[in-house]
Amino acid sequence: MLEGLLIGLSAAISPFNLMMVVMGCLIGTLIGMLPGLGPMSIIAIMIPVAIGIGDPTAALILLSGVYYGAIFGGSTSSILLNAPGVAGTVASSFDGYPMARKGQAGKALTIAAIASFAGGTIGAVLLMIFAPALSSVALLFHSAEYFALMVVGLSAIAAFAGTGQVAKALMMTILGLILGTVGEGALSNMPRFTFGMMDLQSGFSFITLAMAMFALPEALFLVMNPSRAATGDSGKIDNLRISKEEAKSIAPVIGRQSIQGFFIGVLPGAGATIASFLGYAVERNIAKGKEQEEFGKGSIKGLAAPESANNAACTGSFVPLLTLGIPGSGTTAILLGALLALNVTPGPRLMTDTPDVFWAVIISMYIGNLVLLILNLPLIPYIAKILTIPRTFLIPFILFFTLMGSYLGQNNSTELLILVGFGVIATILRFADYPLAPLLIGFILGTMLEDNFARAMQLYRGFGFILERPMTLGLLVLAALLVLLPSYRGYRARKRAEGVADGD
Amino acid sequence: MALDRWIALAFIALVCVYGYAAFFTMDDSLPPILRRNPIWPSTFPKILTILGLIVGLIVLFTPKPGGPKPAKDGAIDLTRLGDYHIWQAGALLVLMVAYALTLRPLGFVGSTIGFLVLGSVLLGERRIHILLPVAGIAVGSIWYLVQEVLGIFLRPWPAMFM
Repeated sequence: MLEGLLIGLSAAISPFNLMMVVMGCLIGTLIGMLPGLGPMSIIAIMIPVAIGIGDPTAALILLSGVYYGAIFGGSTSSILLNAPGVAGTVASSFDGYPMARKGQAGKALTIAAIASFAGGTIGAVLLMIFAPALSSVALLFHSAEYFALMVVGLSAIAAFAGTGQVAKALMMTILGLILGTVGEGALSNMPRFTFGMMDLQSGFSFITLAMAMFALPEALFLVMNPSRAATGDSGKIDNLRISKEEAKSIAPVIGRQSIQGFFIGVLPGAGATIASFLGYAVERNIAKGKEQEEFGKGSIKGLAAPESANNAACTGSFVPLLTLGIPGSGTTAILLGALLALNVTPGPRLMTDTPDVFWAVIISMYIGNLVLLILNLPLIPYIAKILTIPRTFLIPFILFFTLMGSYLGQNNSTELLILVGFGVIATILRFADYPLAPLLIGFILGTMLEDNFARAMQLYRGFGFILERPMTLGLLVLAALLVLLPSYRGYRARKRAEGVADGD
Repeated sequence: MALDRWIALAFIALVCVYGYAAFFTMDDSLPPILRRNPIWPSTFPKILTILGLIVGLIVLFTPKPGGPKPAKDGAIDLTRLGDYHIWQAGALLVLMVAYALTLRPLGFVGSTIGFLVLGSVLLGERRIHILLPVAGIAVGSIWYLVQEVLGIFLRPWPAMFM
């Protein structure tokens, strides 16, 4: 391993490759900040540039720099505007945005920068140690287990997303899954629920839905209730420092979530999004009393958890790509395409055939994380200046970026009408206190969930896979418990409250 | 009935329509060879229909915890809906629809400057001498970034000019 590290180090610190890391991180951060342009589209756009370079090592270094730069930049717009540019940073807005509204935008961005740096770096160390071993664990998972794992993820998200309103969160999850079935189906290419409309053939666009669920209602709420904006528009980003106590309280969170996020990232299909949501849910659940109540209202732990988890998961998603040649996510699938175009076949032989590529990428991850930290911390006061813009200017611009984000994805004006329609529905749902994150995550995971479910059903000729595969059964039982336990607790609390009211 | 229950009712209605399509109409067009499969395109939607009905009914009929809930910071109080700038939000939505419809015929530059300026005016901005240059510079630089740097085609002018 030491020999490999040295090979990687010598390749990665060549001036050209260093420039690629810096360039990749810069481009990724800047574009990732714009709500709507996620890492997938940025990497897809950068592919011709990367292939033009010709050197696979430099190309992969550039693309991976763009990848974590985009995730890193996405958290900035999540925190400042509540408009996540990337699905993986949706969970960061739960506590990051309330912090910004309390006038702690500087602190929130510092925590995000440090947590991302720590998550990415710990992820890179783990990748180096576990890459070969983990791939064999991931191989044990069949589609049945993937299906069950996703059900666990969805149940956990529903169970923790809404405090004391699990049923509402579940309803939103199912609505998300239902929306995910619109368009061409999992196994056959039969269009479903399109009502004969060509525009719905490929289903709803994730970006449009994400914009409609988060950015649009937020902008409309800002319009309807200007006092809402007044609380956060202090624009003073003078408190960049975090205190010793705060550092102490988030250190274990970052440590735990970096490790958990990495392992979730390794599993194909899970990725940064589910890692960040699960990370948030787990930390919220293990927090005690007052700290738990703080979650969703500007808790530093609630921000540090998804930030470290999503960056660690991004690193983790390179494991199946580099060691098995199987992309675990849409983004790594695009990377795989770029590598194949450069005559590099990722897989078990990558480490032996082209060790310079493998190790240089790992070393460049350390360098990339350092670049991101150096880049973001000094820039924070400038980035946060966005909050001082008067709302009469800011709101039309937020709406415009929302519209552009969904337009650029599909290059189709119908998408904008769908965006407005969903935005109105999301605003009404928010009026009634329905959590919207489960809807979006249900929508994102829906297709993968159905794919794996269909594969498992075909392999076992029916529902037999649930009983025949103990791990699947165990995971599904866990999912049921996750949903039922909080509901039962809520039911008992309600009964007790009724009892007290009756004078029992 | 509270708004969240009306939403649950609307959700149940949606699931009924969805379920009707999944149970009764979708399978008609399935080729005979696919009928032998253990899974059909309608299988997953059917499961979702059943789950959706159960969850929707639970939300509809679960009694609410008594007592007034503490008001959330900055949240909208539905009982005082008239006090908020609802018409402004509605007008912005109409403007967004207008933007969607004019983006292609008017071109990116014209429709976007129009959207940004009208949006700000709707929100009470009257400094047109600042507004116009800001919108112009923003639109120009975004168009350059998208079209020239990212290489995504955006027609800047109305179709008849190019």
